[in-house]
Amino acid sequence: MCLAAPARVVSVSGQTAVVDYDGVQMNARLETLSEPVSPGDYVLVHAGFAIQRMSAEDGEATLRLFDELAASLGSAPTGS
Amino acid sequence: MSHPFRFSDPRRARQLGDAIRLLAPHEPVKLVHVCGTHEIAITRNGLRRFLPETVRVLEGPGCPVCVTPPADIETAIRIGERGAIVCSFGDMLRVPGFGRSLDAARADGCDVRTVLSADEAVRIAEATSREVVFFAVGFETTAPMTAAVTLERVPPNLSILLSHKRIPPAMAALLDLPNTGIAGFLAPGHVSTIIGTAAYEPWMSGRRMPVVVGGFEPLDILYAIALLLRQIRDRRPTVENGYPRAVEKNGNLAAQRLLDDVFEPTAVAWRGIGVLPMSGYRFRPSFESLDARARFDVGEIPDSHDSAGCRCPEVLTARAVPSDCPLFGARCTPLSPVGPCMVGAEGACAIWFRYDGERLL
Amino acid sequence: MNDREPRITSLHGAGGEVMDQLLSRLVFPRLAGRASGRIPLSAGDDGATLDVPRDGELVFTTDSHIVKPIFFPGGDIGRLAASGTLNDLAVMGARPFALSLAAVIEEGFLIADLERILDSFAASLDEVGASVACGDTKVMPAGDLDGIVLTTSGIGVARRAISDAALRVGDRILVTGTLGDHGMALLAARGEFHLTTALRSDVAPIWPLIEPLLDQLGDAVHAMKDPTRGGLAAALNEMARKSRTCIEAVEADLPIRPEVLGLSDLLGISPLEVANEGKAIVVVDAHAADDALRILQRHPLGVSAAIIGTVTEEYPGRVVLATEVGGRRFLDMPLGDPVPRIC
Repeated sequence: MCLAAPARVVSVSGQTAVVDYDGVQMNARLETLSEPVSPGDYVLVHAGFAIQRMSAEDGEATLRLFDELAASLGSAPTGS
Repeated sequence: MSHPFRFSDPRRARQLGDAIRLLAPHEPVKLVHVCGTHEIAITRNGLRRFLPETVRVLEGPGCPVCVTPPADIETAIRIGERGAIVCSFGDMLRVPGFGRSLDAARADGCDVRTVLSADEAVRIAEATSREVVFFAVGFETTAPMTAAVTLERVPPNLSILLSHKRIPPAMAALLDLPNTGIAGFLAPGHVSTIIGTAAYEPWMSGRRMPVVVGGFEPLDILYAIALLLRQIRDRRPTVENGYPRAVEKNGNLAAQRLLDDVFEPTAVAWRGIGVLPMSGYRFRPSFESLDARARFDVGEIPDSHDSAGCRCPEVLTARAVPSDCPLFGARCTPLSPVGPCMVGAEGACAIWFRYDGERLL
Repeated sequence: MNDREPRITSLHGAGGEVMDQLLSRLVFPRLAGRASGRIPLSAGDDGATLDVPRDGELVFTTDSHIVKPIFFPGGDIGRLAASGTLNDLAVMGARPFALSLAAVIEEGFLIADLERILDSFAASLDEVGASVACGDTKVMPAGDLDGIVLTTSGIGVARRAISDAALRVGDRILVTGTLGDHGMALLAARGEFHLTTALRSDVAPIWPLIEPLLDQLGDAVHAMKDPTRGGLAAALNEMARKSRTCIEAVEADLPIRPEVLGLSDLLGISPLEVANEGKAIVVVDAHAADDALRILQRHPLGVSAAIIGTVTEEYPGRVVLATEVGGRRFLDMPLGDPVPRIC
């Protein structure tokens, strides 16, 4: 039930977007997003609603979090 | 091209596994999560292999279908027996209430339909003049969608059997049960997208309980476990955001407004646990006409109590794992389930049966 | 029905003039003329004769097909019915020789649809060089049957029939291409999830892919199986159980299209548990694995072929999955194909 997928916005029309998740397209309602989205943005979609906006940079930032934690414990060489 | 949010590379997994081993205490710790999707991710990816013997991760009441009280299921069945079309999520149909399920009621002639969303129930209601009831089950990730549908033009023949629940009160309730021995919570990522990390604070205040909100990719989960162990090591319990790309401190305000417009928190019963304050929703007065409990007279429904004869209540409260139940895999299988944990798609027993939860060495 | 399109009526299955016309105008022109037996299909006799090659083992198989929808992305029930039986023969190591085709059709079925299905069936036969030797047509009243059911039986000839059970410890396991395409394509096509995708079923006869493998590797091919209902998980578990060996599969090596992974995430259904209709699992002697891969990848049907695992003795009768992230778990026999009416 927590199933939510980060899908890429393909097009926006009013309060509906067509989003693409790995080559599968579906509609997502945008009423619960606080900021507008444009094609190329990512949104977390649950039960047909976009519940969070994400960017590809967020993906990079996530990897940095993992690496920083590992580095802080010496379980990975820093800067790797 | 795969989306940029798959995090499963084995090199980083090894590093996070090493971090976990460095952070893990010498004495055993029990970490509890409350999301079936977390349990699926853990077992499907074999993540327990990265944990030392002393660190256990268990699923608590993270399966909304499993914690729906038998009284609600019985209400839905009686509504179906009165001729209404009952719409619900697929796995909800097979959960036994007081000995009978919606699926069995369908075999007996009730019109029970599987739907994937509240929207679908609206479409069914628009296509008929009969009464249609949507059995609204799910946590805070799903409740806003029910609220959104309620605020749109609702066909007059549609009503809602409200059974949504709120996670933070259940987490607090686990801490009050005897013998739970919980050292930290892995909080559900997408529930937190809606409610925000701040929502856990009032429920955890004064408890000195580590809480880390975690995502669902394999590396997200290992990362969140490492953060929990670091809090435990440092004796620095707090509510920490381990899933910042999808979760903010205040959550999704628009979704919270939807919830607040339509529902107000109230005490509801959780199967296997009991009545928990502020842990569910009821309709606000201006929406009471949509309440299926008010629209249909289903007579006296017994108090919720569990007579399944299995250890689901202990599994649901993270005091047992599926393989602790003597019925698991023997008398109780997905084909012939005894308790709700084997039926719900997010039930620990169903997940362990499907992905063989025992850790391989 | 008051539209002008011609439809099947009860007379089409009644054995009289109307049925004869259906056969002579629709069926025989498309399906006859391929076999060389003395009494062929077009003779419309009670049976047909076959000039079956005498050396080797005769392999016989049968399948019924109830897929819904009957026309789906990448194919239709005609191609599915032909490929299903042709592929059962192929994974037994048998060159497909002749098929039977029995159709039970609902009254009211569009004749134009039947023509499309027969065209599809015939085209599939031609990809392999097999023929239809005999058939049957029945019509059921409207509402007593959903559309159409096709049953195909098939005869093939194998130099040496290959079972699905002769696995030996140390053998390597290959799949001939991407997994889960058919099952997921059908799920997406059913419309109830409001998902659109370019994903198509992989339905295809694969004898042209298997034949060079057997010609060049001979006895180094120990076992084969086609992962239809229940997907790869069901097929690998059956092979492990029958041979009492353990199969260790490597998740990172499984060829799966992004759309299939995407649908899997969205619908909560594993691509390893849904049907494939144009793929085979091939188990070969360890020393032949690289050659097998090379031979498969040379063929258009095998471009995504991959070595996905090894036969061990660690947990006899079971399948272990080394997960992408570095964990391990059992890959168990699924309860069933989670997609109903898929083949």
